[in-house]
Amino acid sequence: MRKIFKSPTGIIGVILLTIVLFATVFGPWIAPYDPQAFDARARLQGPSMAHWLGTDQYGRDLLSRILSGAPSTVAFGLGATVLGVGVGSVIGVIAGVAGGRTDSIIMRILDGMLAMPELLFTLLIVTFLGGGTTQAMLAVAVTFTPGMARIARSAVLSVRTREYVLAAQARGESRAWIVGREVLPNALGPIIVEATIRVSFAIMIGATLGFLGLGAQPPSTEWGLMVAEARQFMFRNPWCVAVPGLAIAITALGFNLFGDALRDAFDPKRGH
Amino acid sequence: MSLAYFLRRLGAVLAVLCIVSVAVFAITTILPGNAALMILGENASAENLAAMERQLGLDQPVLVQYLHWVGGVLHGDFGTSLRLQLPVAEVVGEAFWNSMALAAIALVAVTVIAIPLGTLAALKRGTGWDLGIGLISYVGTALPEFVTATLLLVFFADPVRQLLPAGGFVSPAEDFGGFIEHAILPSATLGLILMAHISRQVRSELSEVLTSDYVRAARLKGVPEGRVIRRHALPNSLAPAVAVISLDIGYLLGGIIVVEEIFAWPGLGRLLIYALQNRDLPVIQAVTLLLAVVYAISNLIADLIIAKLDPRVRYA
Repeated sequence: MRKIFKSPTGIIGVILLTIVLFATVFGPWIAPYDPQAFDARARLQGPSMAHWLGTDQYGRDLLSRILSGAPSTVAFGLGATVLGVGVGSVIGVIAGVAGGRTDSIIMRILDGMLAMPELLFTLLIVTFLGGGTTQAMLAVAVTFTPGMARIARSAVLSVRTREYVLAAQARGESRAWIVGREVLPNALGPIIVEATIRVSFAIMIGATLGFLGLGAQPPSTEWGLMVAEARQFMFRNPWCVAVPGLAIAITALGFNLFGDALRDAFDPKRGH
Repeated sequence: MSLAYFLRRLGAVLAVLCIVSVAVFAITTILPGNAALMILGENASAENLAAMERQLGLDQPVLVQYLHWVGGVLHGDFGTSLRLQLPVAEVVGEAFWNSMALAAIALVAVTVIAIPLGTLAALKRGTGWDLGIGLISYVGTALPEFVTATLLLVFFADPVRQLLPAGGFVSPAEDFGGFIEHAILPSATLGLILMAHISRQVRSELSEVLTSDYVRAARLKGVPEGRVIRRHALPNSLAPAVAVISLDIGYLLGGIIVVEEIFAWPGLGRLLIYALQNRDLPVIQAVTLLLAVVYAISNLIADLIIAKLDPRVRYA
């Protein structure tokens, strides 16, 4: 953990993540205004003392909307990643441990799924499931599954032939014990690192789906949807697209930098 | 390049495409909203629906439907668009070239800018240059396409200054200057993310290679520094960059969907969103399959380039 604070990118990542998580947990309570309250006299304003980040086309306070949208945006990213990483890891570990024909059949199917660009795959699934936050989250999770399975499998394979696993086999330990106590804990590192970085992708894809009208629906304060709704007015008040856009970027950047720092901490060889 | 390596890779690509075709067909066939209902509208009678289903072959077993579809695709027949009432091949063909033009501009611009940037960052490691380039590339990876696109529009396409068009398309055959003008913002949007990945990759590989024994040997031999970098260090650090570019084609093809929608660029992405909104199954199938084919072929080309740059790969 201490190693993360050695690199400047790691420190920035931790700071950004702290801000984002603070907003996620306390955001709805510290919001100065009701995020849905219209104010016809204060439409499309720039930042001021009354409205720190300005107002949108209905005079709603942008800071309050960003804060109230933080929990759903972050929860979307975490939820989709946990689901995708969980299912993907189970598949990958099964393939890696089983080997042989099971392994090659699973891998060929995954190759086919990976042969479609990620966003395209997500779009197809969302259309099939119908728009909405839960559907979008499931779609992102399904999209993440094949990639995560590959990473989990290669992590298992790299551990499987280590001396301590061979030693456990020689001791006559059961297969389940070896997988659970020797292989999994040592294969967990790469999976956690990849998962952290994927949270940022999940948040970006979720926002993109919201933007395209396939994710969160109005009057939600999901950040991608906020950009989409304010687009018509962006030349009159750039703040109403810039604020949610930058909020997405800060959150994604936080998870990304933190993930990179984690990777360097786990594997010193990759640090430069 | 051995022929065996090429054939093996080609075989893998074909196998993957078979799986993709099944997946595309499966996803689109289980989509709610029957094609016959789409054509005839909500108020169609049951008899008319049944007749239309027979005409479209929807009453056949799924396997027959799939084989019929694949057979058509192999003959260049993608069916008829349900909404546009035009042959899908015609609609998709034009959109395909528009998309490829956009992707190619983005890719070329990115490669030309990103490799020197990554080299600069590696050579000036730890300086302000390095930090600045690193920062830009981190921000680039954290901005989804629709945010970048919207911000670029705010800065460059506001109705007062009108530096660049806010969207639309001009055929390059009619007005090449106008075509480029309309392509600048969409390709810049696509390019930002790619530039981030590629310059980061080149930087990390090159800085590793620069500390290697053969680079030190070349320096000790008295080879001029410029030649050391151009002849010894850079070629050896490009193979991973090419690998990243090939992975990035996936992002590029995904990004194109969003970017074309925002900038009203009449390509595959915009067509796909239109087809998804209208449940135009034949168009959805054709576009998806086409994008997967492009992705698979670009991965194949990247593998071949990597094998060319790094002979060790061929025997792996």
